[in-house]
Amino acid sequence: MAAVEVDELVVRYGDLVAVRGVTFQAEAGAVTALLGPNGAGKTSTVEVLEGYRPLAGGRVRVLGLDPSAEHGQLVRRMGVMLQRGGVYPTMRAGEAVALFCAYYDHVRRPDDLLDLVGLTERARSTWRQLSGGEQQRLSLALALAGNPAVAFLDEPTASVDVAGRQLVRQVIRRLADDGCCVLLTTHELDEAERVADHVVIVDHGEVVADGSPDELRRSGPAEVRFAAAAGLDVAALSAHLAGASVREASPGEYVVAGEGTPAVVAALTAWLADRDLAIGDLRAGRQRLEDVFLRLTAERSVAAVDDAAESGGRRGQRRR
Amino acid sequence: MNALRAQVRAELALLARNGEQLLLTLGIPVLLLAFFSKVDVLPTGTGKPVNFLAPGILALAVMSTAMVGLGIATGFERSYGVLKRLGATPLGRGRLVVAKVVTILVVELVQLVVLALVATALGWRPGGGWLVAVAPIVLGPSAFAGLGLVLAGRLPGTVNLAAANGLYLVLLLLGGMIVDLDKLPAPLRALAKALPSGALAEGLRGAFGTAHRVPGWAWVVLVLWAVAAPVVAAFTFRWE
Repeated sequence: MAAVEVDELVVRYGDLVAVRGVTFQAEAGAVTALLGPNGAGKTSTVEVLEGYRPLAGGRVRVLGLDPSAEHGQLVRRMGVMLQRGGVYPTMRAGEAVALFCAYYDHVRRPDDLLDLVGLTERARSTWRQLSGGEQQRLSLALALAGNPAVAFLDEPTASVDVAGRQLVRQVIRRLADDGCCVLLTTHELDEAERVADHVVIVDHGEVVADGSPDELRRSGPAEVRFAAAAGLDVAALSAHLAGASVREASPGEYVVAGEGTPAVVAALTAWLADRDLAIGDLRAGRQRLEDVFLRLTAERSVAAVDDAAESGGRRGQRRR
Repeated sequence: MNALRAQVRAELALLARNGEQLLLTLGIPVLLLAFFSKVDVLPTGTGKPVNFLAPGILALAVMSTAMVGLGIATGFERSYGVLKRLGATPLGRGRLVVAKVVTILVVELVQLVVLALVATALGWRPGGGWLVAVAPIVLGPSAFAGLGLVLAGRLPGTVNLAAANGLYLVLLLLGGMIVDLDKLPAPLRALAKALPSGALAEGLRGAFGTAHRVPGWAWVVLVLWAVAAPVVAAFTFRWE
């Protein structure tokens, strides 16, 4: 049995349907990233799993429990990290950790928790004296106070500096390795790619992709990416590469569609060498998770526009 | 029990760290009591203003702590996401409310001791009224905490702050705390007697008076507010 089971979940806010039939599972001992643009339905989905929000349809189970009806049992085994806030502004970091440890039966030592997130030196600083990144790390420590079997982490690395991100990733990884089911929501694809074992991409309230980062990357087309001077003659390059599609994705960044075989790479570099053009980054293989995400969400947006145009057309025909 | 004890300790520590709250709960009542007891400018109708003022200021202190202090703190806790976060811990809402009630009672005990000592130093002699006053002192916080949570449960933090302070001023002036209800125009007097502040102040004044007796209307009004306000708060309160 998966630690988190979501089956055809529907969440409504009045007439607005924020989540429409989302289905996925998250396993114990793994990090699952729920990815999506703003307003995709990530937070609504997680708030149902945390027991904060009622569902309008479908079925969810967390550790085999109904998050709403069996909330009292679930909170003993659940850790939650909100995207922002959640701590008294005048409470010291050490006090907050000690207070949260007092809520649970099987707790970690408060000093160990502070040490885990690198805040030992800041134990006497109040929440409002901490930087944004330190606040996120304290929130993470509070989520771990009760040795959770399932942890919901909302944007755990938002506002965290580079060194802090590395630390947060290590903590999340260790948490999963110890058997916890970690479900993190983020719109930072790089973060998901680095830390997640399993990725669920949601857009417009629906799941558009579900799999390991590697599986999702492999679902996209093969390509060769390289950086060079902006404004190259892509038509000439395409002709040199036996008609392979070449486009300038952004100024100075080019994408050649197709497998990055040694022959294609050799032809590409030869073409650049003939023109004495320096080559920057060169990467052959499958798309990055970011490209997969952008492709999938863009497809959804185009489909939504098409649907709207079609239904608008039908309305127009009816009016006529 | 460990969680509840820790929460009460945390609430008290945060309260002690909040200078505005301390000013509201102790500074203002003590200042009003001392100033108007010595400067006889209010229409108290007695030769010794402290005899009129002491019960009224005790009622004011109860109102300050239970309605304004609790209401404003809770409103901001909601804005800061604290209540939402606590909702996902084993503390639960029930123990959070109990912790807040216990905190209020502890603070009120300190207030009553301090105010009683100051009033006694100013010449107040309450006699045996304390036993009669226990019930109004227990009903009052329920009514005012309910009112504070009605506001805090619906309004954004800063709007709640303004509303709680505005209501505090109205209840102070129409509450028989520093102005004798009999000095108010008849329609205002009728309104004041229907308010929890008027009922609590008159109840305490009756308890500490020579007859040691709370007027019947004050019991009715206090009990109604003590039941109705928390019930309304429970139905309308939003945790996030």
